[in-house]
Amino acid sequence: MTFTIPIDNGDAVKIAEAESQRTLYPYVTGTSIVAIKYKDGVLMASDMGGSYGSTLRYKNIERMQAIGKHSLLGASGEISDFQEILRYLDELTLNDNMWDDGNSLGPKEIHNYLTRVMYNRRNKFNPLWNTLVLGGVKNGKSYLGMVSMIGVSFEDDHVATGFGNHLARPILRDEWHADMSFEDGVKLLEKCMRVLLYRDRSAINKLQIAKITEEGVTVSQPYSLKTFWEFSSFHNPTAGAEGSW
Amino acid sequence: MSQTAVDVPPKGGFSFDLCKRNDMLTQKGLKAPSFLKTGTTIVGLIFKDGVILGADTRATEGPIVADKNCEKIHYMAPNIYCCGAGTAADTEAVTDMVSSQLRLHRYQTGRDSRVITALTLLKKHLFSYQGHVSAALVLGGVDITGPHLHTIYPHGSTDTLPFATMGSGSLAAMSVFEAKYKEGLTRDEGIKLVAEAICSGIFNDLGSGSNVDICVITKGNKEYLRNYMEPNPRTYVSSKGYSFTKKTEVLLTKITPLLERVEITEVGEAMEE
Repeated sequence: MTFTIPIDNGDAVKIAEAESQRTLYPYVTGTSIVAIKYKDGVLMASDMGGSYGSTLRYKNIERMQAIGKHSLLGASGEISDFQEILRYLDELTLNDNMWDDGNSLGPKEIHNYLTRVMYNRRNKFNPLWNTLVLGGVKNGKSYLGMVSMIGVSFEDDHVATGFGNHLARPILRDEWHADMSFEDGVKLLEKCMRVLLYRDRSAINKLQIAKITEEGVTVSQPYSLKTFWEFSSFHNPTAGAEGSW
Repeated sequence: MSQTAVDVPPKGGFSFDLCKRNDMLTQKGLKAPSFLKTGTTIVGLIFKDGVILGADTRATEGPIVADKNCEKIHYMAPNIYCCGAGTAADTEAVTDMVSSQLRLHRYQTGRDSRVITALTLLKKHLFSYQGHVSAALVLGGVDITGPHLHTIYPHGSTDTLPFATMGSGSLAAMSVFEAKYKEGLTRDEGIKLVAEAICSGIFNDLGSGSNVDICVITKGNKEYLRNYMEPNPRTYVSSKGYSFTKKTEVLLTKITPLLERVEITEVGEAMEE
């Protein structure tokens, strides 16, 4: 809050801010991210929607970005905080490049950096309102981890954020196995994204799948999933039960 | 002039008289008594010949498992069953009440009960209590008009669906249904899918656990498969059982015969007129 107090000569002067400005609620949010490790690296899927409360405001937001040569960062939650994090990581990679010694930040290092940043912001009661998914491959080893807005961070074979926690995790726990092929991995991710499309109100039918392998990052073009609405009981559901939905 | 107080018969619905007093008490620091919730996964789906209902068997009281093997699939009529999630007492009471009403109705009409009758009775009751009766139900059955599956929410709204899930594990179970349900499933496929959905709830939701109950209702026939699957057995039971150490010896064997019981029947006097 800023106070203005009129002084004798009539000018208003902004005095100290009574309370530091801190994040209270998110405004433009992205919904879930689902990611799995597969044979050659990591596959990550997200849709391209940015909701402004209950309005689907933006339909072309890329919530997955390549970081350096070895990592891919996906974020759900506040989009502006995600852009801020990308700026921080830009500085990091820039610093790296300036050294020009052939070293580059791997996914583990970036994950650690993000964990520290998120946790420290949370301790100041000014969090970056995101759940981040960090995937990458360096020196043949694939890595997949997650950091939440309160600083909870861990590594796993398959992760999901937001609604994906409730809808996609059960499917992943059941059907993920080590060394999946690319096609199987994409099919599994599409299965999860389809359920999310049916049951998450902030999901849209425009998704991207990103792949990261030893060679680098490729983010697919946006595409949409086929949905099925032709159940016979959907045609006239309340035929026998007037007053029902 | 006489002043007579007219006794108005009590109207139905929730009496909000004590709400102010409860508010005052909670403000003063009294913790409301926690109630037994079922924190549940319940599902139903329509298959080729009828309806399959499934439920887990864990009843929770806050963070504690109060009943490891409770029954959440309640009998409503020979051809109608109802799974209940929410407060255990509410689901029990509401389903029992409607089940009795259905039976009386069957006696009066001489016909088999219809699922929509149970639906209307339940939703009327729940709506009149404005959501305070915390019962979320999956009602399924097969009657003369065919198989039906409905969900009923605590506030009294209902849905008619080909597949439905309720309870805290509903998202985990729904993800299985959305991914794998198709129309015209056979009995075995349907049971397998329902068991999978309940297991998804059991293993991915903390409020659900223990075993899987399944109920298959078809035209003229029903099968209540209690504990159809037990995916959480006690694995570390000691195989030796209890054994006493070698040093125990029998000190004394004494048999005391009990006295025979003698019954005295007094011949009473006849009652006075």
